[in-house]
Amino acid sequence: MTKNIMIVGVGGQGSLLASKLLGHLLLTEGYDVKVSEVHGMSQRGGSVVTYVRFGEKVYSPIIDKGEADLIVSFEKLEAARYVEYLKEDGTIVVNTQEIDPMPVITGAAQYPQDLVEKMRALGVKVDAMDCLSLAAEAGSAKAVNIVLMGRLSKYFDIPVEKWQQAIEECVPKKFVEMNQKAFLLGRGA
Amino acid sequence: MRELMLGNKALARGLYEAGCSVISSYPGTPSTEVTEEAAKYDEIYCEWAPNEKVAMEAAFGASLAGKRSFCGMKHVGLNVAADPLFTCSYTGVNGGLVICVADDPAMHSSQNEQDSRHYAIAAKVPMLEPADSAEALSFTKAAFEISEQFDTPVIIRMCTRIAHSQSIVETSERVCPPSRPYEKNIAKYVMMPGNAIRRHPFVEARTAKLREFAETSGLNRVEMGDTKLGIITSSTSYQYAKEVFGEKASILKLGMIHPLPETLILDFAAKVEKLVIVEELDPIIENHCRKLGLAVEGKDLLPMEGEFSQNLLAEKLGLEAPAARKLDETIPVRPPVMCAGCPHRGLFYTLAKNKCTVLGDIGCYTLGAVAPLSSMDMTLCMGASISAVHGFNKAAGPDSEKKTVAVIGDSTFMHSGMTGLANIAYNQSNSTVIILDNSITGMTGHQQNPTTGYNIKGDPAGKIDLESLCRAMGINRVTVVDPYDLAACDRVLKEELAAEEPSVIISRRPCALLKYVKHNPPLVVEAEKCIGCRSCMRLGCPAISMKDKKAVIDATQCVGCGVCAQLCRLDALKEVAR
Repeated sequence: MTKNIMIVGVGGQGSLLASKLLGHLLLTEGYDVKVSEVHGMSQRGGSVVTYVRFGEKVYSPIIDKGEADLIVSFEKLEAARYVEYLKEDGTIVVNTQEIDPMPVITGAAQYPQDLVEKMRALGVKVDAMDCLSLAAEAGSAKAVNIVLMGRLSKYFDIPVEKWQQAIEECVPKKFVEMNQKAFLLGRGA
Repeated sequence: MRELMLGNKALARGLYEAGCSVISSYPGTPSTEVTEEAAKYDEIYCEWAPNEKVAMEAAFGASLAGKRSFCGMKHVGLNVAADPLFTCSYTGVNGGLVICVADDPAMHSSQNEQDSRHYAIAAKVPMLEPADSAEALSFTKAAFEISEQFDTPVIIRMCTRIAHSQSIVETSERVCPPSRPYEKNIAKYVMMPGNAIRRHPFVEARTAKLREFAETSGLNRVEMGDTKLGIITSSTSYQYAKEVFGEKASILKLGMIHPLPETLILDFAAKVEKLVIVEELDPIIENHCRKLGLAVEGKDLLPMEGEFSQNLLAEKLGLEAPAARKLDETIPVRPPVMCAGCPHRGLFYTLAKNKCTVLGDIGCYTLGAVAPLSSMDMTLCMGASISAVHGFNKAAGPDSEKKTVAVIGDSTFMHSGMTGLANIAYNQSNSTVIILDNSITGMTGHQQNPTTGYNIKGDPAGKIDLESLCRAMGINRVTVVDPYDLAACDRVLKEELAAEEPSVIISRRPCALLKYVKHNPPLVVEAEKCIGCRSCMRLGCPAISMKDKKAVIDATQCVGCGVCAQLCRLDALKEVAR
């Protein structure tokens, strides 16, 4: 059975490292893996999405509406945007950080309120946390991605050491220690 | 070795393993990483050419000299390179010549959704279409074999979902074929009418041979399942079809998309009850099947535009898609925007303020069209801004010349802006051309170009001086301005629009995302001074928002460019000393 994980956020938030880490880990676990993302225009502060699929044999590189077992959202509005991709019993892990999109900045639109509560009201399992504070605690606001990976790791039957080894192998040496800390903060939160 | 690899990187690995030794390309999403990854192999000479036509001609020259060569581009790039393509189909090759074209269905990062398969048909060259990274690697190696065996350039067609998806590949060692010595052959390589007329029958005969090859080649394969439904498909559409139907349908997967086999298709059709063609964009396989007299369904069920997906296939072919829950809430869109500190912003603010008509071009700066700046009137194709401003001014007359400008990036100017400027200099319109020189090819992810002084590997290279170039082309008025200096931008723009001769303004400052660009500390808002007049908001900077009727600066985004501070009459936005 193929498992589907979506990583969503705002261009520039570091979702590329998260998908690299996840892909690397799943490959070493012996799965067939596909990781799909879009480069270019959408990276300029736009809404970005990465699909990670793994299992015995994976065909489609993308995840469609109603198919995701897990969604990891780097930002609250993006969680709300992609919640329809979640499976009936799926879980969405949300960083509660808010980043205003341009229509909100210009005043053409409002940032919707109480999104976590509204998603829960739909019957969606929402695992919400303030990753920005935890990242700062680990040593860098940029570590939001690894904090989220720490949280995500709780939903897998993969030993924590394997995740830590994957971080070791995917992150530049001088940032490994900080990212290991961020990972454990996310996992423990 | 077993690796998880991006489709484009796998194609580059295929180039390496096939012994390709010369690569010339122009960047374009979703093709760029092929050449970037190939450049990491020291055994391959790799370069960014000024445009796709130059790149393909350089690769052709390398093939003529006897080496395996390659050229990569996005779909619209092949429009630019179509000229050499159509005639090198006639000459054929010496060393293998492989061309990659990456289509962008759904236009994630493109100005149109053209289907490049038409080029293979029109230029009468074979085209292969991989469906994952492993095939991107193996098809590239096969493409060189076909190129040399049949004396033809070969096109590999990628699409966004194959180019930018990672899947598992097995790598192997590089094997270089023996070099083919260059031999003078006027009848084959000098395409004047008397020779070309003898090459055309060769091309037709070659296509017939390639069609025979397609009948039995391992590039095309049949996967028999339930015979109630037969699907003919290729590329990423194959993956969606397998995802939805698995063994519940029989599939003919085409890896060679031109020329298409006939017997193979007819035999497959005879084994299934119903035949559906699943292909993104135009009905090319479908039309081929209809020509063979087959009753097929295709574009009557599936859309002509955009990308497919597993749910789309399921719904259109009568299966149920999974249930989905949607919030009953208006979710504001999040379009891409110019980054905080983008040097283009100050210039576009000045154009908006002066109510200019702005004929734009292809690059990050196309985002100048987005609200609140909204200062772009046209974007067509690479280089069109300059040619079109000339035509616009010739048609609309002197009043237009006082308020109309072309804006074009440094890389796009090198690509195909120069010829437009030659037209302005030659046929004399009082046009104002603004070159947005951010010292890099930005949108495609920071590639070097002829104005940056560095080559694809980041080593020092030749550097074209834009000011000298424009002057040499006959433009007397060439001014350089810093787009972070709004007063200077406004003054220079007004002067050059008023001038009674053609002029070029070079708006120069490196892209804020370049690693060597040092950022200033984020600005701070003195809340007691801010009256919420929203003057700073007119810049459309993603780092500035309004909270409780006061401007707020997002310190994680602000790079301290200080442009917003120049708009604040109350001095509420403060730069902090480094």
